Amino acid sequence: MALKLMKGNDALAEAAVRAGCRFFGGYPITPQSEILEYLSKRMPEVGGHFVQSESELAGISMVHGAAAAGFRTMTSSSGPGFSLLQEGISYIASAELPAVIINVQRYGSGLGDIFQAQGDYFQAVKGGGHGDYRMIVYAPASIQENVDFTTLAFDKADEYRNPVLVLSDASIASMMEPVDLPEMHEHDPNKSPHAAKGKGNGPFKRITSTMYYIDDFDTYIKTKYDNMAANEERWEAVQVADAELVLVAYGITSRICKEAVMLAREKGIKLGLIRPITLWPFPAKAFKALPDTVASFMTVELSPMPMIQEDVLLSLDTRKPVHNFLAGMNIPEPIDIVEKAADCIKQTAKGACNG
Amino acid sequence: MVERLIPTALVEDNKFCPGCGHGIINRILAEVLDEMKLTDKAIGSMAVGCACLMVDTFGVDWIQSPHGRAAALATGIKRCRPENPVFTYQGDGDSMSIGFSETMYAAFRNENITAILVNNGIFGMTGGQMAPTSLPGQKTVTSPMGRNTDLTGQPLNIINQMKDLNIGYLARGSVTSIKNINRVKKYIRNAFETQMSGGGYSMVEILSPCPTNWKMMPDKSLEHIDNTVTTYYPLGEYVKKGGDSNE
Amino acid sequence: MSKKDSKKSVLTLHPERCKGCRYCIPTCPKDAISVSEKINQKGYKPVMVDMETCIGCGSCYTICPDYVFEIKEVQ
Ligand SMILES: Cc1ncc(C[n+]2csc(CCOP(=O)(O)OP(=O)(O)O)c2C)c(N)n1
Ligand code: SF4
Ligand SMILES: [Mg+2]
Repeated sequence: MALKLMKGNDALAEAAVRAGCRFFGGYPITPQSEILEYLSKRMPEVGGHFVQSESELAGISMVHGAAAAGFRTMTSSSGPGFSLLQEGISYIASAELPAVIINVQRYGSGLGDIFQAQGDYFQAVKGGGHGDYRMIVYAPASIQENVDFTTLAFDKADEYRNPVLVLSDASIASMMEPVDLPEMHEHDPNKSPHAAKGKGNGPFKRITSTMYYIDDFDTYIKTKYDNMAANEERWEAVQVADAELVLVAYGITSRICKEAVMLAREKGIKLGLIRPITLWPFPAKAFKALPDTVASFMTVELSPMPMIQEDVLLSLDTRKPVHNFLAGMNIPEPIDIVEKAADCIKQTAKGACNG
Repeated sequence: MVERLIPTALVEDNKFCPGCGHGIINRILAEVLDEMKLTDKAIGSMAVGCACLMVDTFGVDWIQSPHGRAAALATGIKRCRPENPVFTYQGDGDSMSIGFSETMYAAFRNENITAILVNNGIFGMTGGQMAPTSLPGQKTVTSPMGRNTDLTGQPLNIINQMKDLNIGYLARGSVTSIKNINRVKKYIRNAFETQMSGGGYSMVEILSPCPTNWKMMPDKSLEHIDNTVTTYYPLGEYVKKGGDSNE
Repeated sequence: MSKKDSKKSVLTLHPERCKGCRYCIPTCPKDAISVSEKINQKGYKPVMVDMETCIGCGSCYTICPDYVFEIKEVQ
């Protein structure tokens, strides 16, 4: 097993190629442009196709076409571009086609700015496009996870015939770490059951909203998403067995929270961490399994407004305080997290439980 | 005398309104695909608009695209399946309003696809709103006083936008008479021959009646195209680098 | 040649498909098409063809948006 030192975006792109992705359409935007740049070189090397589209709207529609042709396919974007992808994501979900979408989060609404953030949480997990679809959302916290979850995203997209989102961010995108890359996987587009390849002698394919062709569609589609929700939760729990307060954070902030847990334990403060790996489905099961010692929670979020806090509240069976540490545009220091957590533990003991 | 049998792709009665040009265009497109033995291989990228009504009645593999994005979608299909004939079937609102960018960029890239653009000068499916192609003074439900070109621009001539691009084939026809129908069928054939010989982007714009939303009898609709619409949108072949069926 | 000459083009009508646009009536060079008084399943008065006058030229086939006409060759 030879490890290779790679940048987050490059590793993610290489993982897509190794998962058998052979069509990429996308548009430049920082901090995800390296994915385009990498694939513009790499796709032709493996006999795949790279198109720099005229916009994200066009890029996702090209991906839609490639998915319908049976290919493993992907697009990536960030912030304003992720908004433009929503139209196509909704259509791809509605046609029940597999595709992988990458959002390398940047800060802010509007144009915002190019540095790391976690402000696209609601748009990612609550369905940014129109209609009532869902998609699995993976939140990698390391370069290795960029590789692993991108690989997994292609498998899950095929398994459920649904778009899958990998929600990265500007820091993971630009960090370098050693990674173990999987073997090259070849995907045969002609074996995809849904693939449009010309009708031949058979019936013609109508790749459109599947609602037109499925009896009792409401039940069908609810069952599909319920199954995804029931079977696809993933999380990592750190030192929760005796924790008094459990931090909740995903992606880049979860790494800092791990350090905060260690630091707190050195000081005798019993912190734990739940790191959601899937943001949808949100790992509610992780919260059901916690010991009684856990008296409160604190989400750590790279945004000025709490977001993940809402899903934590929805996951709790009993009312326990859910505080938050809103780091906004600044990557927090572990010590600051520990101090706020210690404060929250005191407040909870006193019975006060405000944010 | 030649036989005139319903082409194989027309698997069900169409669902268009009485006198709608889409019905004629569907048939000649299906004839061309049959004659070129492409029906079994063709993949269509279907626009949002009255084009949607074809999904169950026109028997080729279809992919429903979002409104306006048919050319981008066709790009994805064609890059992945270069051997298959890939075409878009779109209205004027779809291809020239919301999808102007996708339409133009497919041409600009000289994407090896065929675009069938049905120009009825109106948003048919949604009840007759003004389109970029509506004529000056044309009354529609969103231009009740007649299209005011000072505020809404001149009718959009997509061929003028495309004719200087490096593309394979570009033509405009209409479906108002036997002669015009036979001619536009030849254009569609030329377009697919261009694609199948790797000749790059091909597009046929077809002037088509929408009697329902024009609030005109079908026969008057055909006269209106001949007498008025064609003065804004002249018929003919504009770019021809690919094959020629027999003209 | 003689074999070909012996073939005849015969029109087949599908009045159930007709939506009553009447494009075919002025297009027929022999004025063989007229409107029937019966109402078809789609709710329109379909066209009908005087088979004695029809020469099987196929003009109606070409103009019809609704696939009402077919021309078949018979021996
Ligand atoms: C994003 C989006 N906006 C608006 C619509 C509504 N819509 C459906 S069809 C259509 C216009 C179609 O007009 P055209 O392309 O000219 O086709 P026609 O029906 O005239 O053949 C519109 C505006 C939509 N489906 N999606
Ligand atoms: S609304 Fe117009 S374009 Fe649509 S089917 Fe009716 S006549 Fe045809
Ligand atoms: Mg129109």
